[in-house]
Amino acid sequence: MLTLSQVGKTYANGTVALQDFNLTVTPGTITSLVGPSGCGKSTVLRLVAGLGDTTSGRLTWQASRNRHRLSYVFQEAALMPWATVIDNIRLPLKLANVSKRDALKAASEAIAQVGLQGFEHAYPRELSGGMKMRVSIARALVNRPDILLMDEPFGALDEMTRSKLNQELLTLQHQQTLTILFVTHSIYEAVYLGHRVVVMAAQPGRVVSTVPIESVHPRGVDYRTSAQYNRYCQQVSHCLAQAAAPSDLQTQTMEEDSFAVAR
Amino acid sequence: MLSHAEEKTKSPSVKHADASSLEVRASGRLSNQLLRWAQSAVSADVLAPLGVGLLMLTLWEVGVRITETPPFLLPGPVLVFQTLIQDWAILWPSWLITLKIAMTALLAATVSGLFVAVLFAQSKWIERSFFPYAVLLQTTPVVAIAPLIIIWLKDNTFAALVVCAWIVAFFPIVSNTVLGLNSVNPSLVNLFKMNKATRWQTLLHLRLPSSLPYFLSGLRISGGLALIGAVVAEFVAGAGGTQAGLAYQILMAGYNLKIPRMFAALILITCSGVAIFTALTALSNYLLKDWHASAVKHEN
Repeated sequence: MLTLSQVGKTYANGTVALQDFNLTVTPGTITSLVGPSGCGKSTVLRLVAGLGDTTSGRLTWQASRNRHRLSYVFQEAALMPWATVIDNIRLPLKLANVSKRDALKAASEAIAQVGLQGFEHAYPRELSGGMKMRVSIARALVNRPDILLMDEPFGALDEMTRSKLNQELLTLQHQQTLTILFVTHSIYEAVYLGHRVVVMAAQPGRVVSTVPIESVHPRGVDYRTSAQYNRYCQQVSHCLAQAAAPSDLQTQTMEEDSFAVAR
Repeated sequence: MLSHAEEKTKSPSVKHADASSLEVRASGRLSNQLLRWAQSAVSADVLAPLGVGLLMLTLWEVGVRITETPPFLLPGPVLVFQTLIQDWAILWPSWLITLKIAMTALLAATVSGLFVAVLFAQSKWIERSFFPYAVLLQTTPVVAIAPLIIIWLKDNTFAALVVCAWIVAFFPIVSNTVLGLNSVNPSLVNLFKMNKATRWQTLLHLRLPSSLPYFLSGLRISGGLALIGAVVAEFVAGAGGTQAGLAYQILMAGYNLKIPRMFAALILITCSGVAIFTALTALSNYLLKDWHASAVKHEN
């Protein structure tokens, strides 16, 4: 569906966010991107979404980008505070000039999918953090996206809500055969959700390892306590530690050097 | 719910009973609303400033009486109130003229301010090129340029006074609305971009609603400034006759040492300012009551 080949991204201030980044997104799967802060995970999503341009390399789509429907779930719910739940959810359809009747019907279906029936006319301020994120997911699903881009969507939620939403996301992905590119800081979340986990290193952002998670999908809550799950978590954790080690060592050496100069 | 056939067979007495129960419910709602209004009227927010005001007026009256201050130096509030009633026939038309100038200027400032702010938000270059000139309007003293405007528009004193008041009221609306239009949640901007929203759609569905609290805040400032601008312009113009506003009445009362009338006119101006501010605050609370922190009632 989508291939990123040798993609590089350097920002105007000279920061190299990505270098020689390679990734293939397979239809109907969840690809988890995990890595330390500043390794360019969100940059990957922004480039796929067309919100920025690559400095080098290329993104190759099966068809043109314009023929693909993309949806983005941001780190924060990013809802319009002046609009009700249903108006927030039908926004993508409104912008696509879909008739109000059809848009409301699709929005009601999306509300049912995320379990927010009865809250159609509530304002975002009346919702909890988890409910806001459900609205954000429903808004992303309403236009039936070919690729769903999720940028640490559950990072700000408590552990129980996060676990519940993880479970619901898996069910939705299975039901609708969604293609999801999922960015997270959490190794456990990445393994639990992903068909494969792409481990990234920072400075510059690059792929250091890809771990296929060959467990049955969708996974139940019990999977979190299985030996297989723990093994995958350890494997990803090990990859991350290896990826982080050289740059940490480098940073440490630089700090020691500057300390010596100061003395 | 009744079926269609059942509705048709309903006896008139049943219908009458329904109608009377509806009336009872309607009157119940009305009395509830009146009760809520009465509760809010006697709340601390209203009672506290009212108490302070009454105390100040009493001290003022007592002070004037004890010191036997002559009314041409400082009239007591009772005399001012009496004068307000006695001279109502003179003050009322002037009050209307001042209000008309202030309201026309505020309306003009709102429409033009919104238009200019939207124009500025379309391009950083437009904003950078023209914003300093909008600031010029704010920093130029209206007293200094009012005579010029009155000379230029000599055939239409009303228009000249409106222009002077508009100059004062225009900037807060432009400045606040531009800030609001540029303070949109970046994630929402990206969402609109991803959905290939047109410039018009982004303005209508994102930037304008997002800037509403800022615009309303500017409007509240401009409401008071429009009134001040109108009074200052009237002072400079000194227009008498049928176009005499409250400022003219204050000037004439000063010349004739009719200080109680001067105070009465001042009270009318002050009350107008408070009324404009209260009305605009109510409008702001109504428009933002569902979503903005400034208007939402919080419960802990």
